[in-house]
Amino acid sequence: MGEPEESLWLDEQAGPVVRPYAMTAGRTRPTRGEFDLIALVVATRAVTGAEPGLSPEHVEIMGLCRRPLSVAEIAAHLDLPIGIVRVLLGDLLDRELILARAPALVTDQPSERVFKAVINGLRAL
Amino acid sequence: MDNAILPVALKILVAGGFGVGKTTLVGSVSEIRPLRTEEYLTDESVGVDDLSGVEHKHTTTVAMDFGRITISEHLVLYLFGTPGQDRFWFVWDELASGAIGAIVLADTRRLADCFPSVDYFERRGTPFIVAVNCFDGARRYEPEQVQHALDLDPGIPVVLCDARTRESSKQALIALLEHVMAASTVAG
Repeated sequence: MGEPEESLWLDEQAGPVVRPYAMTAGRTRPTRGEFDLIALVVATRAVTGAEPGLSPEHVEIMGLCRRPLSVAEIAAHLDLPIGIVRVLLGDLLDRELILARAPALVTDQPSERVFKAVINGLRAL
Repeated sequence: MDNAILPVALKILVAGGFGVGKTTLVGSVSEIRPLRTEEYLTDESVGVDDLSGVEHKHTTTVAMDFGRITISEHLVLYLFGTPGQDRFWFVWDELASGAIGAIVLADTRRLADCFPSVDYFERRGTPFIVAVNCFDGARRYEPEQVQHALDLDPGIPVVLCDARTRESSKQALIALLEHVMAASTVAG
């Protein structure tokens, strides 16, 4: 008698998975770039409307990144999973529409000067 | 990569048991309302994560709440609350990678809830402090008692805080940064 309901792949919970990855044409990894959660991204020029090859999500990212934003913030604002956003950012990096800066590596811990700057900044909050 | 126009981003983690006030702490010091970002559990992560008990779920998302503090035009600090402690270690690994340190929030009424976080950061070698979130109605303990109860290395600071107030959360962050700085001076 048919599959138990639990083993059906396509249920209401499956919906969100299908749609975002359709947005990336099924790609789960960016063509370029690592895009750490706190890598900062900024647009290199204004993209306000549709351009060939850019999806509405690409355009939205370009709008958000007029000021530097982290990958995590972009994902939160777009309400898309991080993995999807990384693919979209890779497309924009390919087209040189964004610059990205990887976070400071902790293998070489930030200098004492950086720590002091952060502590002073926090005290001033 | 053009480093001239983009600031450097630093990351601090806020860990601890469910309901201990991680997002409250992030929200009290963040300049933005805490944001939520989600990651899907993919096939790649299923292999390394213990999914026992959730096999029947076809899609599992892991939510992370985070906030931002702009220190200067050159420095931005991100605070990430870590998701559920006993699962989703792959997300923890991604979060902990590159983090300058962690605050483990503890509730003295449920002290054992923070053991997995303490164990994780000890194993990984991520510098951390323990901040006891002083809930209304909870009996007050001295930091030394908490340190003893958690069997912490004597070098790990324990501070009392009220995650709801900006000043208190700020002091916990400053305590962490001073600890990290002292530790790196010793190591270097």
